[in-house]
Amino acid sequence: MSSAVQTYSDTTSAVFGRLTWDSFPFHDPIILGTFIMVAVGGIALVAALTKYKVWGYLWNEWFTSIDHKRIGVMYMILGIIMLLRGFADAIMMRLHQAMAFGDSLGYLPPHHYDQIFTAHGVIMIFFVAMPFVVGLMNYIVPLQIGARDVAFPFLNNFSFWMTASGAVLIMLSLFVGEFAKSGWLAYPPLTGILQSPGVGVDYYIWALQIAGVGTLLSGVNFVVTIVKMRAPGMTMMKMPVFTWTALCTNILIVAAFPILTAVLALLSLDRYMDFNFFTNDLGGNAMMYVNLIWIWGHPEVYILILPIFGVFSEIVSTYSGKRLFGYSSMVYATVVITVLSYLVWLHHFFTMGSGATVNSFFGITTMIISIPTGAKIFNWLFTMYRGRIQFDVPMLWTVGFMVTFVIGGMTGVLLAVPPADFVLHNSLFLIAHFHNVIIGGVVFGVFAAITYWYPKVTGYKLDPFWGKCSFWFWLIGFYVAFMPLYALGLMGVTRRMSHFEDMSLQIWFQVAAFGAVLIGLGILSFLIQLYVSYKKRDSLRDETGDPWNGRTLEWSTSSPPPQYNFAFTPQVHENDAWWQMKQHGFKPPQEGFMPIHMPKNTAAGMVLAGLATVFGFAMIWYVWWLAAVSFGALILGAIIHTFNYKRDYYIPVEEVAAVENRRAEVLA
Amino acid sequence: MSEHHDHHDHAEEAPHSTFKGYMIGFVASVILTAIPFWMVMGNVLDSRNATVLIILAFAVVQIVVHMVYFLHMDFQSQGGWTMLSLIFTVVLLFITLFGSLWVMYHMNVNMMPSMMGAS
Repeated sequence: MSSAVQTYSDTTSAVFGRLTWDSFPFHDPIILGTFIMVAVGGIALVAALTKYKVWGYLWNEWFTSIDHKRIGVMYMILGIIMLLRGFADAIMMRLHQAMAFGDSLGYLPPHHYDQIFTAHGVIMIFFVAMPFVVGLMNYIVPLQIGARDVAFPFLNNFSFWMTASGAVLIMLSLFVGEFAKSGWLAYPPLTGILQSPGVGVDYYIWALQIAGVGTLLSGVNFVVTIVKMRAPGMTMMKMPVFTWTALCTNILIVAAFPILTAVLALLSLDRYMDFNFFTNDLGGNAMMYVNLIWIWGHPEVYILILPIFGVFSEIVSTYSGKRLFGYSSMVYATVVITVLSYLVWLHHFFTMGSGATVNSFFGITTMIISIPTGAKIFNWLFTMYRGRIQFDVPMLWTVGFMVTFVIGGMTGVLLAVPPADFVLHNSLFLIAHFHNVIIGGVVFGVFAAITYWYPKVTGYKLDPFWGKCSFWFWLIGFYVAFMPLYALGLMGVTRRMSHFEDMSLQIWFQVAAFGAVLIGLGILSFLIQLYVSYKKRDSLRDETGDPWNGRTLEWSTSSPPPQYNFAFTPQVHENDAWWQMKQHGFKPPQEGFMPIHMPKNTAAGMVLAGLATVFGFAMIWYVWWLAAVSFGALILGAIIHTFNYKRDYYIPVEEVAAVENRRAEVLA
Repeated sequence: MSEHHDHHDHAEEAPHSTFKGYMIGFVASVILTAIPFWMVMGNVLDSRNATVLIILAFAVVQIVVHMVYFLHMDFQSQGGWTMLSLIFTVVLLFITLFGSLWVMYHMNVNMMPSMMGAS
């Protein structure tokens, strides 16, 4: 056994590892209060589910489902739940910073505050933005390319549960032990075993490793789906733009996520086995960690934003009643961004000291990447130009995005100038910049996409009044919350501070805190919107399956689509396939149905991911016997699952004919 | 599933793997691994740098052997997608490896001169 682990293993037991009663937050009133609330809420939820007897429904129709549409919805729900957690962290930080001036120390002790900003970053990127993006691709991509499911339906279910498993570990860290206090990328040597002997960094590592398996596998799944399963006639240059951006994003996932896995594995070796990759002595070099993690980290931000560019492309062209301006330039811009995203990583650490030659190379590549992005903005503007624009809620988000994202892009180009970055590095200016592009880009895009595709998923539209409330609260809230941070950053205020001496800065933080409250109202409006729309679902119902006069194939199906998506694989002739079918008076065929070959539900994904959660927990707490048992069970379970040959079934012709005829009656 | 296997379009299908192909690949991999191992363990060459370079060369050949005999890559299969993804992978690997070496060299020169002197 290594000496690093041994040092701390004096207090560990063979049965429980380093888990003791002290690991539970009895001594911290804030966490204990939260814990009691969550526990009571959880028990109430379980009781309610049991009372209304929905467990069987959830298990059979959702948890074990390998229908890409169901999995997509589960990803979105995971994203919404984690958004609430991530936002709770955000508002706690804003409140704390608005208070902690001079004699006041705020209400959070520093070690707690540090966990909160780390958790906020990790959750928002890995467990909010990623599930949202993957969920959207899951639901929409197979429908857009005329496929019945993804290439590997079981793998898709497994990927979801692995992501959920990572989220469970992060949530667990709130109540059992602690989370990392290191910032969202966990730089060593701070995260080495000497400086961070606790379980926080281990929670970070294992949550991301387990969720990372899910992300990587779904990346593989979607690349294969898009390359191999397009409807006949849909050549690459006839694919919808969202599918194009999804393809590029998944290629980025497949290429970039192994780097994250490797670098976290190296860090684990340092922490668990006394290796010295990133330590300060014995030849270790912490700068290598920063270098490697950003080779993953920069493509990661494009993994998040590229599909959102696709969402906006679909929305702009639908609500302008025009085909997208410059389709091929849009595709080429996406591909160029995909490649360039690998050439800019060093701009995250200009100040680490690589010198003028290296810095200027990466500064220039960073500025170049704004060119294809700018081309996209112009394409959207020209699509709107002389279009019949309907300012429905998705279009509001789109315009809000275009304005906000351009501002964020410009501050990004500013940061790309190395001398400027030496002044602004790690300041609140940087924080304002990346929230500007992530909220203005990814978050606005996700809300636009939810509003746009909601009728496809549920069969009824979202209530526009509460949608507009949500949009305006988010938009104004964003500016009120983050413009003060730009100003503070220019004044030299650095990030992650838990206390300030200069009283003159306080007003800026108070304004920012007010902005965060407005954003909170935006999130609340969104939740109310979901509730109100459900209540008013009869008046908001859409029977046609094509409420916005859409252009791509997903709108040719009923809302919600039948589980097999398409009774007949559509023939594609042009770019906007469904639009062209409508122009030619397309009528769905009423006879000649065939039995449809479909994959069967399975609990294997959930079981394997559950074992992975146990394994992660055991590794975090040094419960070696449990880690060995759960890892063995995980491997054994995966092998046993490969011998399950009852994986498919046929939907009989009668059932297909009944579903399709019912649809024809509704349309007639 | 099994009944569907025979009906696939042959142009789309990956090249069929043969026992002979796998054996060639396996034997070649073993030889290409054994030689570098012997060179290190037996201290065959006096120059450490020469040994490192030769091992690197064997590694590159080994990669090609794996790609041809195990991954069945050529210029035609899967409508050119295999080749395209190979080119993309090589470009990214090149960027990652040489980028990291370049960056880390400058980092070490500027920030850790003691380390550079020591090696």
